[in-house]
Amino acid sequence: MEKLRERAAAILADGTVSLVIGYEEGTKRPRPLFCHDGESARKLIFDSRCFHNLAVYLTKKELVGNGRFAVTATISTLRSIMQLYVENQLSEDKLLILTVDLSGTLREFVTFDEISAYVEQFELKRSEREQAILTRIEGMTREERWNFWQEEMSHCFKCYACRSACPLCYCTKCVVEVNRPQWINPWPAPVANMEWHINRAMHMVGRCTACGACGDACPVGIPIDLITRKMMEDMAPEFGYIPGLPVKKGNALSTWKLDDREQFIR
Amino acid sequence: MSSEEIFEPKIVAFVCNWCTYAGADLTGTSRLKYATNVKIVRFPCTGRIDFLLLLKSFAQGADGIIVSGCHPNDCHYTSGNFHARRRWIAFRSILDMMGVDVRRVQYSWVSAAEGSKWADLVNNTVADIRALGPYTDYQKVADYLEKEVQDGEA
Amino acid sequence: METKYISKSGIEQWFKSIVDSGKRVYAPVNSRDQIEFKRVKNLSEVADEYVQTTQSIKASVYPKAEVLFSYEKEHGKVHLTDFNPDSIPETVLWKVHPCDAAGFKPLSAIFNWDSPDKLHNAHVQKTSVISFSCAMADESCFCTSVNGSPGNLAGSDIQLTMLPDGGAIAEIVTPKGEALVALSPTVFEADKGEDKTKYLVDLPARFSLEEVNAKLNKAFNSTVWKEQSERCIGCGACAFVCPTCACFDIQEDVHGSTGRRIRCWDACGFGLFTLHTSGHNPREHQSQRWRQRLLHKFSYMPARLNVVGCTGCGRCSRACPVDMNILEHITSIAEQ
Ligand code: SF4
Ligand code: SF4
Ligand code: SF4
Ligand code: SF4
Repeated sequence: MEKLRERAAAILADGTVSLVIGYEEGTKRPRPLFCHDGESARKLIFDSRCFHNLAVYLTKKELVGNGRFAVTATISTLRSIMQLYVENQLSEDKLLILTVDLSGTLREFVTFDEISAYVEQFELKRSEREQAILTRIEGMTREERWNFWQEEMSHCFKCYACRSACPLCYCTKCVVEVNRPQWINPWPAPVANMEWHINRAMHMVGRCTACGACGDACPVGIPIDLITRKMMEDMAPEFGYIPGLPVKKGNALSTWKLDDREQFIR
Repeated sequence: MSSEEIFEPKIVAFVCNWCTYAGADLTGTSRLKYATNVKIVRFPCTGRIDFLLLLKSFAQGADGIIVSGCHPNDCHYTSGNFHARRRWIAFRSILDMMGVDVRRVQYSWVSAAEGSKWADLVNNTVADIRALGPYTDYQKVADYLEKEVQDGEA
Repeated sequence: METKYISKSGIEQWFKSIVDSGKRVYAPVNSRDQIEFKRVKNLSEVADEYVQTTQSIKASVYPKAEVLFSYEKEHGKVHLTDFNPDSIPETVLWKVHPCDAAGFKPLSAIFNWDSPDKLHNAHVQKTSVISFSCAMADESCFCTSVNGSPGNLAGSDIQLTMLPDGGAIAEIVTPKGEALVALSPTVFEADKGEDKTKYLVDLPARFSLEEVNAKLNKAFNSTVWKEQSERCIGCGACAFVCPTCACFDIQEDVHGSTGRRIRCWDACGFGLFTLHTSGHNPREHQSQRWRQRLLHKFSYMPARLNVVGCTGCGRCSRACPVDMNILEHITSIAEQ
């Protein structure tokens, strides 16, 4: 950790970057920190409690400006950064990635390929929480699943924290803001809420890297991250992807194969 | 409903202009008889059919949905149906996860020459949906705002 | 105001008489690992042993979505059906915390600041509030810093302070409270002279409102807003859980020749909230929106509506995914 602070302070001091986005101690758990100088870099921490997906900030021009910036990245954050690279939302000459590996060594990455070689070693596994809820859902009949989600949806008040926390929801105009005509009703109600979530999930096909930021952000505790999580797991074999490992070969929905599955087409 | 009355499902069909719509036209001009439960919405291409339209149909009272376009390799725009097919695969998985009844959405390929296939598709879908009954699950929650206001949570 | 004693069985009996009277009763319920206000029929459904519900009770007087009026076009004529205040059922809110009850005043002040808001006022009129004083607090609570307290009576029609014997001190504050007592008058016994403050959580004030106010009056152009808000992702969760946030959106729900105009929750933290049709956005950056959130609550509302726009419930701090802690931010401004 000391190495990370030193390195962050050094690259800020010598002008390599003008901003380091990392973590600091928060009131209950670590939280994002923006370092503009060596002094604030002293507050940096990086450990297993750091869970925010800082990739969400990297596409915000008002924060990162036009210069080069650095970010301390967890494995989840790295996966998102890879996907942002795939979607041409980040450029390799603007970003410097710092991370600390399992042996405590400070690692630095710049390119997609460097990140990929590192992330490859980590299999994307369901967390205990994800496993518990998904097993429950998978054991349900369709009617039970419907009731489960209707109950959950009835709590959604459409704050869109799920969207705001998602590093891949970087659209300047989101589909919920399309209002000529109003495509998805903006008021909270079970069907309008479900339409919103199905829509978001559809926009995540082949893109979601299962970081769980959306579910974590939801103030009313809806496990929405599991909708995209399940979809991602289902789709990866269909489309020949490894879950959570973005590849530069075109997004699932912008490409196709002649022999895509079609048993359900009559 | 008395046991004598048969449930007549409301079906919305989203079809492409070049193949299935022409196919359905042919069904008519060939004077083939088929169920009248279906309302057809014509699109330039299956690739242009937004998945949300399907949900909107359920919300507005559809009991079943047909989505149909050109056979693979026959798309007027070369690959619209291939893109659509991928989207349907993903959409089906998400709908199933949410507990939406995926049996109520029937996908098909019907070419401009397949007038009889269209008639069969409609007849079979109507029979299937009739067996499933009205989609009250969905319609109940679709009547949301009244419920939300009157009985909403404090 | 009258103070009475009510025993454990008395509370049960009284609760039943309220439900039996046909009024809707909402109370905190523990479901899906969250404590939320829900409609209840039995006292056994009501949650205990928690600090705070995730959401405030503001939806009871300011629904998440509500129809202002509906209309139908026919032969070139428009038939309007206005909101009918009589359609609002009598509602009792059970086990409201003082910081939630205190939220009614700022909320009503906003809704009535230029012309009276028929909908909101109808809800308020039909709603009775039975609050429970707080025996527990957490590190996010700061009611005592914003004119409140764990036993604050503002906004309550009746307040109960639970006693070790399972009974409670009942303070009957308003005529609405008296009407609730009248549903089961015999269970309210003579006051036993217990000191209520003994049963309240001790929560020292963390900042002085006057100091904060003075600082904020000069802080419009301060760099503090940008410093504090860099990590804010503009999700609006804070506003949605807040008992006093009142930003709304007006929407149209049209089907052919019929339609409804709907008011639903919105948040000043969203970039879209202030976006003009021209494309100009007076609050373009998150830092400006964060400034608006704090200044509105701690400066504009006290100045214009004579009420602080924050009750110190701490919900926003608990709900924020990136730990934007309002108490921390306000104290740091006060200490500057
Ligand atoms: S939900 Fe879809 S449209 Fe909205 S921000 Fe996310 S990806 Fe973009
Ligand atoms: S964060 Fe939760 S409450 Fe907010 S819009 Fe998403 S699911 Fe709904
Ligand atoms: S601003 Fe925060 S602490 Fe104050 S009343 Fe609103 S939610 Fe509670
Ligand atoms: S909840 Fe936190 S991140 Fe979201 S808008 Fe409020 S302060 Fe910003």
